[in-house]
Amino acid sequence: MTMGADKNRRDVPIRGAVGSALPHDSAHLHVSGAALYTDDIAEPRNLLHIALGMSTRPHARIHNLDLSKVLAAAGVVEVLTAEDIPGKNDFGPVIADDPILAPGLVQFVGQPMFAVAADTVEQARRAARLAVIEYEDLDAILDLDEAVAAKSFVLPSEKLQRGDSGAAISAATHSVSGRVRLGGQDQFYLEGQIAMAVPREGGDLYVYSSTQHPGEVQHTVAAALGKQNKDVIVECRRMGGAFGGKESQPAQIACIAALVAARTGRAAKLRLDRDADMIMTGKRHDFVIDYNVGFNDEGEIEGCEFTFASRCGMSADLSGAINDRTMFHSDNAYYLKNITIVSHRCKTNTVSNTAFRGFGGPQGMFAIEYVIDDIAACLGKDPLDVRRRNFYGTTDRNVTPYQQTIEDNIIGEIVDQLERTADYRKRRAELQNYNENSRWLKRGIALTPVKFGISFTATHLNQAGALLHVYTDGTVHLNHGGTEMGQGLFTKVAQVVAEELQIDIDRIKITASDTSKVPNASATAASSGSDLNGKAAQVAARTIKERLIVFAAEHYGVRRDEVRFVNNHVYVGATELTFAELAHQAWFARISLSATGFYRTPKINYNRATFSGRPFYYFAYGAAVSEVVVDVLTGEHRLLRVDVLHDCGQSLNPALDLGQIEGGFIQGAGWLTSEELCWNTDGALTTHAPSTYKIPACSDLPVDFRIAMLESHANREDTIYRSKAVGEPPLMLAISVFHAIRDAVASVGDHKSSPLLQAPATPEAILRAITRMQGGDL
Amino acid sequence: MPQSQPEPAHDAIRFLLDGELVELANVDPTRTVLQYLREDKLRLGSKEGCAEGDCGACTVVVAETAAAGGLRLRAINSCIQFLATLDGKMLFTVESLQKPGGELHPVQQALVDCHGSQCGFCTPGFVMSLFALFKNSAAPERREIDAALAGNLCRCTGYRPIITAAERMYGYAANGATRWLDQPNTCNEEPRDEELQMTARLKEIRRSRALRLDSKGRQFYAPRSLDDLAALVLQFPQAVLLAGGTDVGLWVTKQHRQLETIIYTGQVSALKRIARSASYIEIGAAVTVTDAMPVITDEYPELQEVFERFASPPIRNAATLGGNVSNGSPIGDSMPPLLALGATLVLRKGERNREIPLDEFYLGYQEKALEPGEFVESLRLPKRTSDLQLACYKISKRFDQDISAVCVAIALQLDAGKVTDIRIACGGMAAIPKRAEHCEAALRGQEWSEPAISNVLSELDKDFSPISDMRASDQYRRVVCKNLLLRFHAETSGAVVSVYDYGR
Ligand SMILES: Cc1cc2nc3c(=O)[nH]c(=O)nc-3n(C[C@@H](O)[C@@H](O)[C@H](O)COP(=O)(O)OP(=O)(O)OC[C@H]3O[C@@H](n4cnc5c(N)ncnc54)[C@H](O)[C@@H]3O)c2cc1C
Ligand code: FES
Ligand code: FES
Repeated sequence: MTMGADKNRRDVPIRGAVGSALPHDSAHLHVSGAALYTDDIAEPRNLLHIALGMSTRPHARIHNLDLSKVLAAAGVVEVLTAEDIPGKNDFGPVIADDPILAPGLVQFVGQPMFAVAADTVEQARRAARLAVIEYEDLDAILDLDEAVAAKSFVLPSEKLQRGDSGAAISAATHSVSGRVRLGGQDQFYLEGQIAMAVPREGGDLYVYSSTQHPGEVQHTVAAALGKQNKDVIVECRRMGGAFGGKESQPAQIACIAALVAARTGRAAKLRLDRDADMIMTGKRHDFVIDYNVGFNDEGEIEGCEFTFASRCGMSADLSGAINDRTMFHSDNAYYLKNITIVSHRCKTNTVSNTAFRGFGGPQGMFAIEYVIDDIAACLGKDPLDVRRRNFYGTTDRNVTPYQQTIEDNIIGEIVDQLERTADYRKRRAELQNYNENSRWLKRGIALTPVKFGISFTATHLNQAGALLHVYTDGTVHLNHGGTEMGQGLFTKVAQVVAEELQIDIDRIKITASDTSKVPNASATAASSGSDLNGKAAQVAARTIKERLIVFAAEHYGVRRDEVRFVNNHVYVGATELTFAELAHQAWFARISLSATGFYRTPKINYNRATFSGRPFYYFAYGAAVSEVVVDVLTGEHRLLRVDVLHDCGQSLNPALDLGQIEGGFIQGAGWLTSEELCWNTDGALTTHAPSTYKIPACSDLPVDFRIAMLESHANREDTIYRSKAVGEPPLMLAISVFHAIRDAVASVGDHKSSPLLQAPATPEAILRAITRMQGGDL
Repeated sequence: MPQSQPEPAHDAIRFLLDGELVELANVDPTRTVLQYLREDKLRLGSKEGCAEGDCGACTVVVAETAAAGGLRLRAINSCIQFLATLDGKMLFTVESLQKPGGELHPVQQALVDCHGSQCGFCTPGFVMSLFALFKNSAAPERREIDAALAGNLCRCTGYRPIITAAERMYGYAANGATRWLDQPNTCNEEPRDEELQMTARLKEIRRSRALRLDSKGRQFYAPRSLDDLAALVLQFPQAVLLAGGTDVGLWVTKQHRQLETIIYTGQVSALKRIARSASYIEIGAAVTVTDAMPVITDEYPELQEVFERFASPPIRNAATLGGNVSNGSPIGDSMPPLLALGATLVLRKGERNREIPLDEFYLGYQEKALEPGEFVESLRLPKRTSDLQLACYKISKRFDQDISAVCVAIALQLDAGKVTDIRIACGGMAAIPKRAEHCEAALRGQEWSEPAISNVLSELDKDFSPISDMRASDQYRRVVCKNLLLRFHAETSGAVVSVYDYGR
């Protein structure tokens, strides 16, 4: 124990303090190939490998499922069907309409009907192809128009209304209406869905699952096996990407692995190959959007109506909340005083769509941005002027259609700044000039804003827990209910604990999400990971710190405010100890060095029945300017330059946040340009591998990519260190890419009208829009 | 081969892993390198993201002796590469790079410092592609970096930090790297001790006679001479010829087909030759696309873009031009330019050779003018004629690593503004790569002008009736094929008409 404070030490920050641009905690493991994903975990003795037999029909009764050849195939040990499920044959997260294995009725091409377990993966996969199945085909609904016409819905349609939009539109000086189709998107996490179930004594199961929601996997596995939650433990150290695709769906994968393990007494692993993953698991919902809007000469919206029809697929999954979020984000940053939003949640005989970064928000935002472009074209104005004209106010015009008063609006400021730094006006003028003189190539530019609501709209989900142990050497074991999918959550939460305890981050062991450590955790979703788990971990750290302060003050006979934690040390009056020394002393004095932390988001309250209240704790803001060049002969385009200004509040880790902004932007650009999901007329997905489904590659990144974070804007709300959630919002900045393309296409017709461009804007979609502008048809 | 060196067993493969000898008997002929690494060696760093060569998560680096001495390093996709093809080569994986003490390789450290990984699943593959770049190139520019990473998908980062790492990685090696692994761009230098030792070890495991594997009745032959190859193909006319395996590999990993007899052409040195005569360049059937590319683009610089956009570097490093042409996919990218340029094929059966024009090779969908027991020995590409104007356009949803919806190659000869000859060849427009004979005929003798071209565009409808699929509709294919002719005309009059040329 050293006496007397080292002055310098107080000026030196700890390693990994809040706000430092630390690399991802696993970065060194990622680059050396040593990071363990679920498929890399040491395989238990006698492990079985599972493959699934999938439906080839979109809607059919299974008359006969002859699995004799499957069972007889080399290496096969077990074959399971729905009948072999001892408990509940369902993994639906909200409604019980999602069978784990199809029970006599298949509802989409790719739906699993049986599981084969064999000694090797190849044996299982080969055997799965040997089933002889007799189907009785039923009528299938494969597209959205059919579904709406047939009133085929997974959930009741919803309506959100303020004012009298019909009257406002009729009374308005101008109006436009239209219909646009917006494609879905596959998550395309690089690590496919996977789970490994290991039997333990007394029928217990330990499940490794690549999941954003270990708690739900645990509960679903227990129910499927007819067990109780206490009998199952689920662990996930990291995922190789998730993006919402591992929120509800891993439960199915884990259940099948667990069923095999429970039945055979052998550990069992189910890893979907890429094709099975893309065919069998849900994606971002595609939409058909009908709109009708009335506005004045300045482009100010008087009344607006949207009818959304989204492809939910064969079951409800998370589609209720996803489509609610579409409704909540079809205002984006604009005040819509008279608005009617109708939302149909269509049931189709296709895979059940699910969460994907933005969770319905992007589709709502896309709709209003599309409308704003139409207004600008109709009035011959710069779309940016129309956008600005309609922005929410800060003191008035600041209540959303769902009755939440926006208290933190900074969109005007962001857009003003970005317009300046991106040189928007000058570039638009220059580009107009270019287009007038260029016959085959046309350039386009667009600035679009983002306002995204942060919180789960289902209020009860906004809770989190953490567990913290301090050992006698002063090192720390950290656990919380959040999961790591690459976003850097584990790093950020560890930074919070490091900051609270004033110890270097490498003294903190970041541990796998584990249902036996933190129970009943919500999915890591809705961008809320750091907000919720950071706060919970902070509470746990403060609890232990408080105990240490009380102990130290008593032990050394000083006042509590004379105990200070600085850079791995503790100053107790004039005495200086290392953090480790204090921990050891506290243990010796029989002080508990383990604590839980719990957090629930304050202020939110929201009534789903009336679609009103405060669903969101706060909003995250941003804006982007994109510029493209389009080839009018082929419809090819290239993204030339992007400028982004995004609001992360007071960033917990600017490097990780930058990563979310860049990655989200490019992912959003993929959604709206090259990523096209195609189905054939038999309801089968034809784009189920990277050979046919094209996510952005390296060269799609614009050469000129300028990302900035809004400086010195602490979150108004008391979030963890006044930071803001950043997982989802940046994806929607890429709507600017789509509108830049639309702008370029519009120049073909001298901006006299707004092109009907469908998303994704593939070369074909762009050429079709161009041809239409030229009065032709493709 | 010196006699002191015992000839390796003909039924076991030998290769070097990080310089250490690995000898494996009873190798399953279609076991992939990735399966070997993950399941047998428990080298778990290489990942499976797609098992079809499209995502790059499985990227590893293979070294062979370079013509100039020293080692030649190439990134490849381990998920579709059969293990048996490693015989006589050297393999590096992501686990090879870190120093024994745990210190990271410059490529790895640059990625950490630039925040180049998020979920990290793609990262080992990027590390290996960057490692190949690091060893093969000095101070690459953005376009070269993009090109080097075209076969690696990342869903998290948006690539920017990875590009930054690629730019900065050289800086980490600046202060006196002592290991060969850590020294950038040594492939273009005189090899030094460590590299010479590895080269010597590679020579030690080189075999002079054919490799013959038999695993549960399934055979794998890797002959070394052309005559042996010809004899084997004649003996086993039903055998699958395997070159780079970038088509064949997928039959196994995606279609789960069981291949009974495989004859590998990749060890036949005579098939890897590139030769020049007065009138043509002759490219052996086993020459990789990577190696064929500079030779072809040297003669025809207009083909640079289409070859840069042919798959990705790891695929091009394995794939052969001969395999592309032999496979004869209607959407293959080398055939349209080769057809437009009037390339011919040399076919070999037993001891007989014959030469046929490429036009006559494709009879129908997956049907070729190959007799049983016959194979492609080489391809002859005519040398440039002085007044030739050439273009090749690839249209796809994504710039890099995508399959063509439409690929159009046009070779034009003008005299006093009139078309003396034109050859238009298209991919994606029919069941085979095919020339637009009606359109060509209509253009011959015409003035090379937009109105004249526009007049005959409808001839293309006689030439082609394309299908609709997930890459494009029939309508789009038709229209774009016509428009590309207009694009070509505009380019011959000096305009910049492609978004990829804009601003570059
Ligand atoms: C991810 C990915 C991307 C791709 N992108 C493209 C692209 O952009 N453009 C494109 O054109 N192609 C693309 N391809 C396909 C392309 O790589 C192959 O067609 C390749 O050129 C085939 O060469 P190979 O040496 O790998 O042939 P292999 O797979 O070894 O063989 C292909 C076929 O040719 C036969 N064959 C091989 N050699 C001979 C011979 N000497 N005589 C007779 N028959 C022979 C084989 O039996 C087999 O039927 C892609 C493939 C992948 C996996
Ligand atoms: S696993 Fe995707 S390229 Fe090999
Ligand atoms: S870091 Fe997740 S895919 Fe690249």
